[in-house]
Amino acid sequence: MNSVKFLYAAYIATWVIHGAYFTTLVRRYLRLRRQIKG
Amino acid sequence: MKRVFPILVALTAGLLAYAFYEAMWVAPTERTMGDVQRIFYYHVPSAWTAFILFFVNLVASVAYLIRRNPKADALAAVSAEVGVVFCTVVLVTGPIWARPVWGIWWTWDIRLTTTLVLWLIYVSYLVLRRFSDSAQTPKLAAVLAIFGALDVPLVYFSIWFFRTQHPQPVIGGGGSIDPRMLHVLLINWLAFSCLAFVLCWARYHVEQLNRQYEESLALESLMADSVSTSHRRQGGANPDRAKKAAS
Repeated sequence: MNSVKFLYAAYIATWVIHGAYFTTLVRRYLRLRRQIKG
Repeated sequence: MKRVFPILVALTAGLLAYAFYEAMWVAPTERTMGDVQRIFYYHVPSAWTAFILFFVNLVASVAYLIRRNPKADALAAVSAEVGVVFCTVVLVTGPIWARPVWGIWWTWDIRLTTTLVLWLIYVSYLVLRRFSDSAQTPKLAAVLAIFGALDVPLVYFSIWFFRTQHPQPVIGGGGSIDPRMLHVLLINWLAFSCLAFVLCWARYHVEQLNRQYEESLALESLMADSVSTSHRRQGGANPDRAKKAAS
């Protein structure tokens, strides 16, 4: 059993979740700025 | 503020990179589980950070119920959302760790089940805030947050009071840990706490911007309503009156 694959999977999953959340924050911020200016 | 934020982001990124290096290459390899045990350095700090964020949510919700301060309401919303993100990390990394160690992805064990319930409570809190337009929404959300926070000690102490498959706590629970592992664990916790702070800061800024935008929209529609009402009172919007006036 190659348990290192599970370690990499857990670390990658963590950063995918944080990255996805950060991307939604940036998108929300940009949309709001566009709406306020428009 | 605008100058401080990029510096904080850079410092947090540096700390996270250092914590990753410590977790992967500096922490000693655990004897029975091997390298997969290093998931511990992401799983446990994420859980602690989520608990802290849910505690902040509880304090802000109580403060809102007492003082009706919109800033406390905004802080409650922000801490719950970022807390759900960290709780999601816990619920994803846990089964990935369990599969090679226990041989199963999931079991309806008390610790795992209460954590899933905690996640569901705070997701329902966010859904309530997102889709309810009532003026009572912040008050209802604050009450729900108090009920949700009751699950946090249940999650934490469940492994003390019930027989469970989940390991005992490494700190304050009678378990022992190698000092080098503890050092790496605390560095990772510090790094994830800084990340949580940065995310909360950014999310709070977005929340304030959103509230300003909604207030300006409400003000515009109120002004449009008052203009059309005064126009109607003068007979401008009534076609019959306009015809009579013309004849």
